[in-house]
Amino acid sequence: MMEEAELLTPSDRKKDESRRLPCPSDWNFELLETYFQAIRRTAESFGLDTYPAQLELISSEQMLDAYASVGMPVNYRHWSYGKHFIQSEKSYRRGHMGLAYEIVINSDPCIAYLMEENTMPMQALVMAHACFGHNSFFKGNYLFRMWTDASSIIDYLVYAKSFVSECEERHGIDAVEQVLDACHALMNYGVDRYRRPQKISMVEEENRRKEREAYLQQQVNDLWRTLPAKAGKQAEKKTRRFPEEPQENILYFIEKNAPLLEPWQREIVRIVRKIAQYFYPQRQTQVMNEGWATFWHYTLLNTMYDQGMLSDGYMMEILSSHTNVVFQPPVTHPAYSGINPYALGFAMFTDIKRICQNPTDEDREWFPELAGTDWIKSLDYAMRHFKDESFIGQYLSPKMMRDFRMFAVLDDAAQSELEVSAIHDDQGYRRLRESLSRQHDLGWREPNIQVWNVNARGDRSLTLRHIRHSDRPLDNGAEEVVKHVARLWGFRVRLESVDTHDRVMQHWEVTPPQHH
Amino acid sequence: MSNNSGGERSMLHQVIDRRLSGKNKSIGNRERFLRRYKEQIKEAVRKAVGDRSIRDIEEGADITLPKRDVSEPTFGHAPGGSRELVHPGNQEYIRGDRIQRPQGGGGGGSGGSGASQDGQGEDDFVFRISREEFMNYFFDDLALPRMIRTQLLADVPEWKYRRAGYVSEGSPSALHIVRSMRTGLARRIAMGGDTRIELRRAIEQLKEAEERGDPEKDLALLREAVAELRTRLKRVPWLDPFDLRYRNRVREPMPTSKAVMFCLMDVSGSMDESRKDLAKRFFILLYLFLSRHYEKTEVVFIRHHTQAAEVTEDEFFHATESGGTVVSSALTLMNDIIRARYMGSEWNIYGAQASDGDNWQQDSSKCRELLDHKILPLVRYYAYVQVADEDQNLWEEYTRVRDANSHFAMQKIVTPSQIFPVFRDLFKKTPQAA
Repeated sequence: MMEEAELLTPSDRKKDESRRLPCPSDWNFELLETYFQAIRRTAESFGLDTYPAQLELISSEQMLDAYASVGMPVNYRHWSYGKHFIQSEKSYRRGHMGLAYEIVINSDPCIAYLMEENTMPMQALVMAHACFGHNSFFKGNYLFRMWTDASSIIDYLVYAKSFVSECEERHGIDAVEQVLDACHALMNYGVDRYRRPQKISMVEEENRRKEREAYLQQQVNDLWRTLPAKAGKQAEKKTRRFPEEPQENILYFIEKNAPLLEPWQREIVRIVRKIAQYFYPQRQTQVMNEGWATFWHYTLLNTMYDQGMLSDGYMMEILSSHTNVVFQPPVTHPAYSGINPYALGFAMFTDIKRICQNPTDEDREWFPELAGTDWIKSLDYAMRHFKDESFIGQYLSPKMMRDFRMFAVLDDAAQSELEVSAIHDDQGYRRLRESLSRQHDLGWREPNIQVWNVNARGDRSLTLRHIRHSDRPLDNGAEEVVKHVARLWGFRVRLESVDTHDRVMQHWEVTPPQHH
Repeated sequence: MSNNSGGERSMLHQVIDRRLSGKNKSIGNRERFLRRYKEQIKEAVRKAVGDRSIRDIEEGADITLPKRDVSEPTFGHAPGGSRELVHPGNQEYIRGDRIQRPQGGGGGGSGGSGASQDGQGEDDFVFRISREEFMNYFFDDLALPRMIRTQLLADVPEWKYRRAGYVSEGSPSALHIVRSMRTGLARRIAMGGDTRIELRRAIEQLKEAEERGDPEKDLALLREAVAELRTRLKRVPWLDPFDLRYRNRVREPMPTSKAVMFCLMDVSGSMDESRKDLAKRFFILLYLFLSRHYEKTEVVFIRHHTQAAEVTEDEFFHATESGGTVVSSALTLMNDIIRARYMGSEWNIYGAQASDGDNWQQDSSKCRELLDHKILPLVRYYAYVQVADEDQNLWEEYTRVRDANSHFAMQKIVTPSQIFPVFRDLFKKTPQAA
């Protein structure tokens, strides 16, 4: 994966010592500024388009804090964040885990945390990685452009935090916690996959909330109107399905239709849903995002080194970290835990650049539209218009598969043994690529569960349906989640897992205690 | 990059130093977590108290919660059906090879998809609470004994001597020689002052007379005056009793530093595990209480049935013996130990005795005698808890002791929930005790 090593051979490099930046190992603010500007100029020469950056120096304790609240500078209080804090603090203290060198937030300005423990070369690496790599990805990738609003996320979290704490004061911590727990369980089912939400600011959000509360309650009441219908219409009513189409956004459906929720509870459902939506692009672009940022820190810093700005010692330290980050242990390695997104993403962007610059015959055959083009433009296009699934489907080259020595293993419960279904050879390339691409598809990774039906005229029970893909069943966590759904819905909730022939293979049913 | 539509905006940036602001942002969330699992943590603390030695009771503790309890459920796939995963690092496989299914039913290893993040490993969730938190939980259903803190201090006299300048009276052993000599010198200078002036003048006159060549008769007269003045100077005493200085020492009350706590427990057959547990928890409270007051707290464990023995803590709580009960044997042993090892005034002696009150008939009055005459005069406080409900002759005898001594207290504890109230009651400040 280190084909880029030629960038490092110093033979034909004309070192201009006069451009050398100061290179002590400890950082200071002046130095950060100097390096930031130098990296910025280099990034501009490659045309990276970014949000303004905001660098925040933090201590390792603060980094632990940031870990716990999913990296966000503000968030509402919840025990699960405390749990994550306790966990990461413990493993950090025992030395099981190094801290990330940086956390970067998709916001405008783009906030990057730098740890004070980092050496100056590390700070340079982090700035290049976060402030130019991730930052330009956040600004350019279509999913982020479509689904998240970088300028308002911090505002929204401030609003969410104050709203939740207001609710806690008014309704008690336990009541709020119950709603939040239930929403968190459904967080992955609180996103619109195909529809773009509107952008709104905090002030608007607050105003709208009040209107919404009144309006929503009225809507819900309409839906659940229990006045006896005219006899003639009865038959027709019965056949009407609700919802008319299955709904994939379960939290949205609950927010709008759950019969017993108080307005404040609906608002909390909405908050969790909004935050889930904000993180949705990140979950779909892990390989691309990390690969892009890694590719750029590597390219920017190497360019600077070539221009004589970085000392050899700096470059060694940077490369040593870089190598650790992109290490891909093979499947037989004790440390193997799946494909390292940094390694895959970095290798793929590097490979695209190679195909543009030095295409082989194989590349010309596989990527006729890519071979020989301007690599900067082609990389930019790839960054903007794909997510992990489609990116791998589009760009994973045979050479990559060979370099990684990829192979696909088919695990079919009906068979007593696993089968190697494809390896890195001519017959296997397409299948491998398809398989790896699918593996990065959230729709494949997460069970497909939708709101199927509500018995609106009867006992108001809600039916969720899991449509099995490749006969994969649901795990035992389902029962707990169904309990949470029932808590929100207020009436009986049933989850059925059906196979391709609509046969119910598993089902769970929970009737919430009637406390209203 | 190539798309530079928004690129005109300059890359403004700023550097903010957050290191000094807002540490411990997660404390609130951590509290939420502890709050949610309060019952489990309390239970764990209770267990930890049972398991650990009295002396290190005040450490923090590792709390273990079943993973199931702290999990955040989500929908996920279970093993089953068919799935294909891509792995890197192929060494020997070719298409169509068959591989033994790995043990554990996890399917084809944990793929990069992370499809079963929660499914793997049923490890417990272990975390550490600090010493302070531990104590809070420990005292939680007992309420903090803060009110007691200052009470016993009032009647704990221990004195310390401190040097405080010099005085003119004292014992010869405290004589300060340098100071005394210096006073003497000063006195001698003061007392000889006039004489010395006269002497100087007389000597000058004598010199002048000699130079002038005065008659021998006058000279002799002058010589006699000088000699007389010299003798007078010599008569000033070298050292007067008045000069003597002694080092001064003042007595000051001092916060006490050392305490010894005697734990006396009945281990006869009638003391079962739950009664011992009650006793142990009572001893622990007392230990904590004392160790907050004194720099050093020693603990002496005495257990008895018909005979008493000093034992280690472990033996104290865990060894089982059976047989009859002679309580006085323990009291006698305590008395002997005090006289042998803890007679100094620096020792604050506390006694705590736990028994089910089932004593040999003739022995109880002997116990009263021992307490009244031997032990109570030596100890700061003596508490007796009976971990059984029935009144027996020991209880009656001890009631008489209590009526006669303000620093003797007794209570009954039957259920764990009574321990703290009883403890507080025992150590409540009473007007007589003050």
